[in-house]
Amino acid sequence: MAVIIETPNSPRTKKQANWEKYGWLFMRVSGPLLIVLVFTHLISNLVVGEGIKAIDFAFVAGKWADPFWQVWDLAMLWLAMIHGTNGMRTIVNDYAEHETVRKSLITILWAVCGLLVLLGTLVIFTFDPCPAGAAVELLPSFCPVN
Amino acid sequence: MADKAIAEVISLKVTLMIRRFDPEVDSEAKWVDYDIEMYGTDRVLDALHKVKWEIDGSLTFRRSCAHGVCGSDAMRINGRNRLACKTLIKDLDLSQPIYIEPIKGLPVEKDLIVDMNPFYQAYRDINPFLMANDKPKRERLQSPEDRARYDDTTKCILCAACTTSCPVFWTDGQYFGPAAIVNAHRFIFDSRDEGAEVRLDILNDKEGVWRCRTTFNCTEACPRGIEVTKAIAEVKQAILKGRA
Ligand code: SF4
Ligand code: FES
Repeated sequence: MAVIIETPNSPRTKKQANWEKYGWLFMRVSGPLLIVLVFTHLISNLVVGEGIKAIDFAFVAGKWADPFWQVWDLAMLWLAMIHGTNGMRTIVNDYAEHETVRKSLITILWAVCGLLVLLGTLVIFTFDPCPAGAAVELLPSFCPVN
Repeated sequence: MADKAIAEVISLKVTLMIRRFDPEVDSEAKWVDYDIEMYGTDRVLDALHKVKWEIDGSLTFRRSCAHGVCGSDAMRINGRNRLACKTLIKDLDLSQPIYIEPIKGLPVEKDLIVDMNPFYQAYRDINPFLMANDKPKRERLQSPEDRARYDDTTKCILCAACTTSCPVFWTDGQYFGPAAIVNAHRFIFDSRDEGAEVRLDILNDKEGVWRCRTTFNCTEACPRGIEVTKAIAEVKQAILKGRA
């Protein structure tokens, strides 16, 4: 009878969902997207039309009254924050030698990222373009006071 | 005729700065300098021999073939990982001393000798052998095209120059490192091998290919001219696609 030797090369202990792979993919996808998002943002704010002089409260209020720019800014906020935080995480992984220091730095990083994303999202969606009692000349043209 | 040719070989005055460490005496490594006279045809390995044989017999380093085949004498020469036996002295900048250190990221045992076991362990972990279930009566045939697919990565001599030039490996000794990935690549893309999935799975790890930041230090360091970073990228692609 042939001796059956069990395969000595079974993969090592299985890990759970592999975040490194998705992290890597996310960086490749969000990078190019951010280039388009950020540069369109810059050009539309600073170059076209009246250029940089046009920027005031009314300009921002006008933009955020438009769902298109709401979604645009939201995408920019989320992608940039997660992309940047993940990059910082890699640097921390490289340089923090003590496990506790590394863990705490990474926890702080994600906490700050979460907080900023939350605040930013809140502002984009709850922004009031016509706050009561504001000076009329600062408000966008579509406000009822005009 | 022969005499004339030999007479033309230039002779060079060189200063070697060697990072020395004797675990029985020193608490940390120190630089020691040696002034020697070498020929223009000599390599760094010859200079090390000259020091060991004529000046200080306690100088410790690995070498075996002395012709770039065995991969035992990878070291950091003027800040770059090279094989001492493939580095001609006259090609280095001789206006300053030649700095020779052990390769980085592995524990130094003595002088230029490091503990290679972590490096070999990563190599072992990727199953560096043919995995095939068929029992052929004769050799397994392969077309020249299929053979060419992984030709580059068959050239590895396991010198560790790539892995110990990698900044990710310096700070994270758990990282498989370029050499292990190169040798996995050699089997993953071999049409006769059936273990690609197992190896891709092993390298799809927290400490696997995703740690690579495409710094290209490994490609630059490889004395065999293997396109290491490209091989790593191909393994990444294979993992994303789910097959080689
Ligand atoms: S890939 Fe090149 S540098 Fe790396 S171990 Fe093999 S021969 Fe040495
Ligand atoms: S001594 Fe064998 S490669 Fe240099």
